[in-house]
Amino acid sequence: MKRKYIIGCALAATLCAGPALAEELTGTLKNIKETGAITIGYRDSSIPFSYLDDNQKPIGFAMDICYKIVDAVKKDLKLDKLEVKLNPVTSSTRIPLLANGTIDLECGSTTNNADRQKQISFTNTHFLTASRFVSKKSSKINSIDDLKGKSVVSTSGTTNIKQLTEANAARNLGINIIPAKDHAEAFLMVETDRAVAFVMDDILLAAFVAGSKDPDTYVISKDAFSKPEPCGIMLRKDDPAFKKVVDGATAALYQSADGQKLYDKWFMQNIPPKGLNLNAPISPVLKKAFAAPSDSPDPDSYKAM
Amino acid sequence: MNYHWNWRIFWEPAPNGTGTYLDMLLSGLVLTIETAICAWILALVFGSIVGVLRTLPSRTASWVGFAWVEFFRNMPLLVQLFIWFFVLPEILPPSWGLWLKQMPNAPFYTAAIGIGFFMSARVAEQLRAGIGSLPRGQKLAATALGLTTAQTYRYVLLPMAFRIIMPPLTSEFLSTIKNTSVALTIGLIELTAEARAMQEFSFQVFEAFTAATVLYLLINIVVVMAMRFLERGLAIPGYITGK
Repeated sequence: MKRKYIIGCALAATLCAGPALAEELTGTLKNIKETGAITIGYRDSSIPFSYLDDNQKPIGFAMDICYKIVDAVKKDLKLDKLEVKLNPVTSSTRIPLLANGTIDLECGSTTNNADRQKQISFTNTHFLTASRFVSKKSSKINSIDDLKGKSVVSTSGTTNIKQLTEANAARNLGINIIPAKDHAEAFLMVETDRAVAFVMDDILLAAFVAGSKDPDTYVISKDAFSKPEPCGIMLRKDDPAFKKVVDGATAALYQSADGQKLYDKWFMQNIPPKGLNLNAPISPVLKKAFAAPSDSPDPDSYKAM
Repeated sequence: MNYHWNWRIFWEPAPNGTGTYLDMLLSGLVLTIETAICAWILALVFGSIVGVLRTLPSRTASWVGFAWVEFFRNMPLLVQLFIWFFVLPEILPPSWGLWLKQMPNAPFYTAAIGIGFFMSARVAEQLRAGIGSLPRGQKLAATALGLTTAQTYRYVLLPMAFRIIMPPLTSEFLSTIKNTSVALTIGLIELTAEARAMQEFSFQVFEAFTAATVLYLLINIVVVMAMRFLERGLAIPGYITGK
């Protein structure tokens, strides 16, 4: 019995080692070729990057980019058929699921920064967003200084709340900072007057305002708490072969006319499920990032000329 | 698994400017302990009152106790906290609601009260069971001695009942500590919330949650030891709970 077990193990080991020796593919690409499938991680409410439509199907700007990447991977591996599996992720599960190989790409609006790059890699930046705040027009808050001594909400564990905390300390504003569990709850706090303002990525704020009961009640600030920060699609670290294919595919997309078209589809036109229109024309920094694709985490490197 | 372990992350400065990541977790731990203790005191006070109400001969008293217990134990804790935090200020008169909303540390008070009331229903049931398990003769003897109902409870029934329910009360205290993590949904930055924030900033998910697990385990071990110590100190030789 025991000997049979050992033989079985040895056999399994040779079978596993076989393909690895025969091909030079490594990491994710090898895995995709062997299984004939690639798994995309999506977010359920990151409008308009990655969210569920009325048929519970993930759609969005980042999802469209990921499908282009899938096409490029398929072409690179010369596969006739490549199955795309979809797996939902949250901000807490995206790293473990990417690390343990459950998902191969995370398609959302994850901010690319130097600390995070120690753990995972990002492909070329697909969006840049700055921290601003939304408030009710009736509360007449026009600048960051007007927030002095008021209650302001932001989502806990985000870079935005960190920037708010820093600005509060540096400028001696005496703001009472309320952390919220998620974006929806934070917006609810402004809606119910628990807080006068909600500090978040400007594009997410635009999505919440567009989706609110009465969009005209709210105004997004001109003042920003940060420089525009890059967002990218995440992939596993130390997998240069896969990263090269992904970077190549995204660079080709952004530099072609399709990049701008794709942007307009999600940010300038009505999007499902409720026909919202974010009306956010492409910013000069993003235009530059599309012309010269980069995965740099440094906001300064994206400065528009 | 392609994961970059970094256990030294705890000694690296956290981006919220209040020290290292370890300081961040420890400040969460302090808030967890504070919330749990406040909630536990409320649970004991209200639980004892309601538990006694349920065993009184008065119909009204036992009905009030029954209503309290069923109201607080049949709703998920998460829903209760949402009701206290989001719904209550909206049904009050607008000026009261606004005062409640703009109160500093609102999540802390809401969590302490919400979890305290939730746990009080459980404490009340334990106490009722404890009183119910005493031989009927105890109460009859107290009455025969001429003690009033209040005196019967104070000197005869409760000292015994509380000793009997010490072990389940330990579990309830542990549950209170663990239930504080639900309060992160109303913005209380306790231990679990800090662990989540840490993984969001540093992307070191496993380190953050391992640390949170160890810290929860440590406080719960301390509580178990303390309660066992108390149990032994209070035991009466010769009685069922003593040796």
